[in-house]
Amino acid sequence: MSTAPVLPETAAVPWRPRLDAARLRRRELGWTLSTLAHTIPFIAVAVVMLYLEPLSVPVAALALVHAWGIPALYANRGACVVRPRRRGGEGPEEVALGLLGDLLGHEARDLHARTGLAPERGALGVWLVGEAGALLVRPGGRRVDCWCVKVDAADLPSADRTAHLLLALREDEAGFATVANLAFSGGTWRLRHRLAGPMRPALAAARAAA
Amino acid sequence: MDQTGHTTLAEWTPGDAAAVEAAAIAFRAELDQGLYAVVSTGEGHAEQVRELPEGAELVILRRPIAGG
Repeated sequence: MSTAPVLPETAAVPWRPRLDAARLRRRELGWTLSTLAHTIPFIAVAVVMLYLEPLSVPVAALALVHAWGIPALYANRGACVVRPRRRGGEGPEEVALGLLGDLLGHEARDLHARTGLAPERGALGVWLVGEAGALLVRPGGRRVDCWCVKVDAADLPSADRTAHLLLALREDEAGFATVANLAFSGGTWRLRHRLAGPMRPALAAARAAA
Repeated sequence: MDQTGHTTLAEWTPGDAAAVEAAAIAFRAELDQGLYAVVSTGEGHAEQVRELPEGAELVILRRPIAGG
């Protein structure tokens, strides 16, 4: 019988099987297949139209824009999970930052100060925890999973929201990923284009560490 | 952790029975409100506790998380 700690919040999603490395790989494969299913038909349309009628370049270009744009929209949804939320008062934010800083090591604290994302190494990869979501850079750094997950208290300082998520992640990584909603899974390069500029160094650091 | 950043609910030392008792009461009241108590157990690890760990340096009370 396993004595591994289980995040209590998983009880709120009993229909979801507990996530593990194999299940995550299957979900990622599903995202890859879905991306191909959205992309290949439009590329095929563009190629066939150009083959049948070279003057159909505008329509073919439109099809290629769709082939590029649909995965980009999904990546944008992924980037949204770590988009900064509205800040609270300066005093509470500073107090909350102090507590979060105590939870982080020196390098992680510095990265959070620069990017707003707290790095955390886990068994599934390197996490970047934000206020209302987290990015998981998978081993090798070529794929990233974007998880939408939050503490149900919009009035908390942003660093407190991050700290809540960080503690839950440290308690039970698989449980954390089970509770969270997967908003996007795909190439790190695709997410990078959609991520806010100040956050990109965090993604680069996580890629290097993954 | 709360709207102010964080609030210290109780402080105690293991040898001070009255302080431990007061902390345990405050601790239980927060758990009854639906919060979870977490203790850091080394770098990158944390453990949920359901009883006040007298020897712990810091016990953090966190709110439940949910998928967004």
